[in-house]
Amino acid sequence: MSATQEYLQNEFDKPSLFKRLGAYDWLWALLVLIGSGVAYSEYSSLMDSYEVGILFGSAIGLIIFGWYWKPMRHFSLVVAVLSLAAIGLYGDELTRSETNFFLKYLIASQSAIMWMNALFVMATLAYWFALAIGSEFSGKVGTALTWTASVMGTVGLMVRWRESYLISHDVGHIPVSNLYEVFIMFAVITALLYLHYERRYNNRAMGAFVLTVISAAVGFLLWYTFERGAHEIQPLVPALQSYWMKIHVPANFVGYGAFALAAMLGIAYLLLERFPGGKLAARMPSLEQLDDIMYKAIALGFAFFTVATVLGAMWAAEAWGGYWSWDPKETWALIVWLNYAAWLHLRLTKGWRGKPLAWWAIVGLFVTLFAFLGVNMFLSGLHSYGQL
Amino acid sequence: MSETIKRGKPRRGLTVVLMEFLGSMNLAITLLVALAIASVIGTVLQQNQPYNNYVMKFGPFWFEVFKSLSLFDIYGAPWFLILLGFLLLSTSVCVYRNAPSIIKDMRHFRLDVQDKSLRGFHHSDEWHSIYDPKKSVSELGKRLSGLGYRVRVKQHPGHMTLAAMKGSVSRLGYLLSHVGIVVICIGGLLDGNLPLKWAEWRGDIAIETRDIPVSEIADKSILSPDSSSFRGSVNIPEGSSANFIFLGMRDGYLVQKLPFTVELEDFRIEHYPSGMPKSFESTIVIHDDELDEPLKKDIAVNHPLIYKGHAIYQASFADGGSKVALGAWSLDTPLREPLQIDGTIGTDVKLNTPRGSYTLELTDFKRFNIFPLSQNDPSGKKFQNYGPSIVLKLRAANGEAREYVNYMTPIMVDGRPFLLSGMRTSPAEEYRFLHLPVDKEGGIERFLRLLALAQDEERVRAIAQHQAELELGMPRGEEAHTRFSEAMVGLLQTFLDEGIDAIVDHTEKSVPEEKREEALSSFIRIIQGILGGLYLELLAEEGVDTSSGVSAEDGRYFDDAVNAISLLGPYGSPLYLKLEDFQHIEASGFQITKAPGQNIVYLGCVMLMLGVFFMFYLHYRRLWLLVSEDEKGAKVLFAATTHRERGNFDNEFEFLRQELRYLSGAALSRIE
Ligand code: HEM
Repeated sequence: MSATQEYLQNEFDKPSLFKRLGAYDWLWALLVLIGSGVAYSEYSSLMDSYEVGILFGSAIGLIIFGWYWKPMRHFSLVVAVLSLAAIGLYGDELTRSETNFFLKYLIASQSAIMWMNALFVMATLAYWFALAIGSEFSGKVGTALTWTASVMGTVGLMVRWRESYLISHDVGHIPVSNLYEVFIMFAVITALLYLHYERRYNNRAMGAFVLTVISAAVGFLLWYTFERGAHEIQPLVPALQSYWMKIHVPANFVGYGAFALAAMLGIAYLLLERFPGGKLAARMPSLEQLDDIMYKAIALGFAFFTVATVLGAMWAAEAWGGYWSWDPKETWALIVWLNYAAWLHLRLTKGWRGKPLAWWAIVGLFVTLFAFLGVNMFLSGLHSYGQL
Repeated sequence: MSETIKRGKPRRGLTVVLMEFLGSMNLAITLLVALAIASVIGTVLQQNQPYNNYVMKFGPFWFEVFKSLSLFDIYGAPWFLILLGFLLLSTSVCVYRNAPSIIKDMRHFRLDVQDKSLRGFHHSDEWHSIYDPKKSVSELGKRLSGLGYRVRVKQHPGHMTLAAMKGSVSRLGYLLSHVGIVVICIGGLLDGNLPLKWAEWRGDIAIETRDIPVSEIADKSILSPDSSSFRGSVNIPEGSSANFIFLGMRDGYLVQKLPFTVELEDFRIEHYPSGMPKSFESTIVIHDDELDEPLKKDIAVNHPLIYKGHAIYQASFADGGSKVALGAWSLDTPLREPLQIDGTIGTDVKLNTPRGSYTLELTDFKRFNIFPLSQNDPSGKKFQNYGPSIVLKLRAANGEAREYVNYMTPIMVDGRPFLLSGMRTSPAEEYRFLHLPVDKEGGIERFLRLLALAQDEERVRAIAQHQAELELGMPRGEEAHTRFSEAMVGLLQTFLDEGIDAIVDHTEKSVPEEKREEALSSFIRIIQGILGGLYLELLAEEGVDTSSGVSAEDGRYFDDAVNAISLLGPYGSPLYLKLEDFQHIEASGFQITKAPGQNIVYLGCVMLMLGVFFMFYLHYRRLWLLVSEDEKGAKVLFAATTHRERGNFDNEFEFLRQELRYLSGAALSRIE
């Protein structure tokens, strides 16, 4: 009962968020504001007004995010400390990544990303082990590894951002510009979404499923790095030199991450339905809960995907001369969107539940996957980046 | 429905049925899925390609089938527009039918509910409060306000009713998002090309499919400047201007006049060191009678200019008619001085050659050609600039053409300089490159001198006869000797005219298989022997002393020259056209759009986004407390409902129930 009570408390106190904020929350807000203030004073000469807006917008977003989901504060602070350490160690010399021990083995972007890869795979194993033998300890290890991997992935992106400027000023850009970079973001976002639900539903068994899709992304990243050298930082083609990229791409990946998570829970749902009453059932959340999380994830993904698509249309209006050109990438975003709109209607207005929607969510993952990978591989269009 | 018919109101019945069908969820979901599938087809099948490409890909039969289904222009296909129209209709009907009850729901607290109906709620409870009704209501009401509920109270005879509601904006979410979709579709329709389709269908306009100057285009293919919306493009060379754009339509285009003139003053490209483009930028000047003075602006990718509701985008670039000076070196009479040709990219030049007359089409000019230094440099970081190049087409009188790309400056290959000239017979092929060795003076005169010697039949015959003497050991004049030496001359002639491939072909046809290899190598030896003899004569003419052998450098030059000569046959040109000078004139490609629906679309988008967030993240709940007096305080009847059964409303109700019971001083378990 006490667990529910706490959970209910969470649910209920939302309207009075401000009253609930403690000293640490305000300290957190202050730190974020100071951080963005420093960033502003350092770099404002390089930013246009939109970018200043984005900087402070994300600062405020991060503060509120941290208030709602407390672990975000620790996460962000650790990421900030490590990233700043790396930036400090670099100074103005890109070559320090070879000479400095910490950079070389830990927090140069490439090292951090490799750590992320390794840690995600280890976390996957730990979660599966936990699910298989019911070890609570192994589950906790999985959680810790997932957190650490997410930290390393984010640090990797942050440091990569800096490195791109160290290469040359005109090469510098935010690392959301090609498939390699967004795959890292995909892994991290999916992991964070998962960690959120793990805590809320106090169940680690889902981790085995969700981390599996993250490991698949890691597999792709490794192939992409070693076969194609995709980790090399490349300058931006003119069409991508826009502040829109900074918001359009991340919004999209919240959507993709949430859809992927929902699909993995769909698999879990189908398995659980197939084998009720076994050990799996004892360790997994109930069918209703899985169904509920699946809905929540898709709702979240849909909301962000809506925003991302709208932002994409606005960007297209500026870059290509039309808010809608039926470019393959654009069209596939619409397909994904229509697909999940149908899913939501079936659930919300026709009252569908469970099995068919679980299947639909799994098919949805393939649709989504095609939208963000297949289109780049098989179709040509205006989205010129990220050709495999 | 049968009932309504009996009552004699069939028309109303029909409307109801129709509305029901249009507003039905099944139709909505079917439409969503159908649109998704149609869109998939549109992305898998490349849209709006030249029709020839489709014929080649699918064959004439399927081409016709696909064409009649408009699969090559799906997003403009009537059936696709009808699908969209139905979605619009369906969503509108849905909103129309749901809006009244939703708005009513949001505004009315329903303070007159009966206890009976409250007891019938899935979520309801009853308990005893230790306080009198007034105090009970005010205590519980305060707590509910604290939890974010809007609260209303009404005194009825014998009881008080408290009604509370929270998150009613979430109901607005449905309206906002669905009206948003309708608004987006309307805005999109305003900007779409339906009016054009209509005009085309009525025969008021006709698509132009020929590639002809704008001045020759028929009026029926020209649209007046006051068209309500359009999206097209035009290339403007530096120093020129245009007051029209081209709208691509299926396999042709229309000309859209603009209410102003755009002049391109300057176009600039910057490159990263890797050769990747870094920025495209145009300085344009808008001329318009309504302007006091011309408006000068820079535009770049992601930074369009909006003028009078027209957005002008940097979309592409091309050659804008660069001036080029070419030296045409004859390959048939190599010692002639080169013919000087001055031309403009995009124009043709007539040429008379010993092989007949040709049209030289000056197709394209590139100032830079930056390529990866080596194929096996995976970092892709090292690049080399091959310098300026020109693309030419040489069209023979019978219409056949070959395409050439010639680089202006020598390029080092294996440490030696060559002038590169690529040739292909169709755009689908890769270029095959002729490497012309460059001599010490930096030109190809030396190569041409050697070529002239090879084409001088008398000198070739002299060398052939000499070599035949050595080979056969018999003096000139004998018949076998003459046959042999003439065969050698003929062999060299074939080599010059048709290249090494022809010799290989010839061997395969005329020599039995087991002797082919041997024969081929002796043919090659003979050719090299004759050319070698000629080369020695060339060296002697140049005053080089070859008594103690040929230097390694001269040897390599000879090998390179022989390689080049062996490709001259397939090269197929009577001339080598050397780019000698140029004046680069660029053209900037602009996309110009007029989209009056854009802001409507954006408005719809904002409504949609807000609506979606409202629906998902604000939870709509209504509560009622019916409080009546009883002997020791008050009797409380509590009931709650949410708009939709969310996963955890049970828990939430449980929490509320306990909370309110606690505040009433009641036991925490149910009475019954
Ligand atoms: C492109 C078309 C459409 C999209 C993207 C769309 C999207 C959505 C979304 C995201 C929801 C939300 C879910 C929620 O409350 O959490 C929803 C709900 C709903 N939609 Fe649609 N919709 C579309 C067309 C339609 C049509 C044509 C109808 C009419 C049949 C319809 C009827 C409804 C209804 C009745 C609800 C439930 C509203 C409520 O109970 O609050 N929708 N829609």
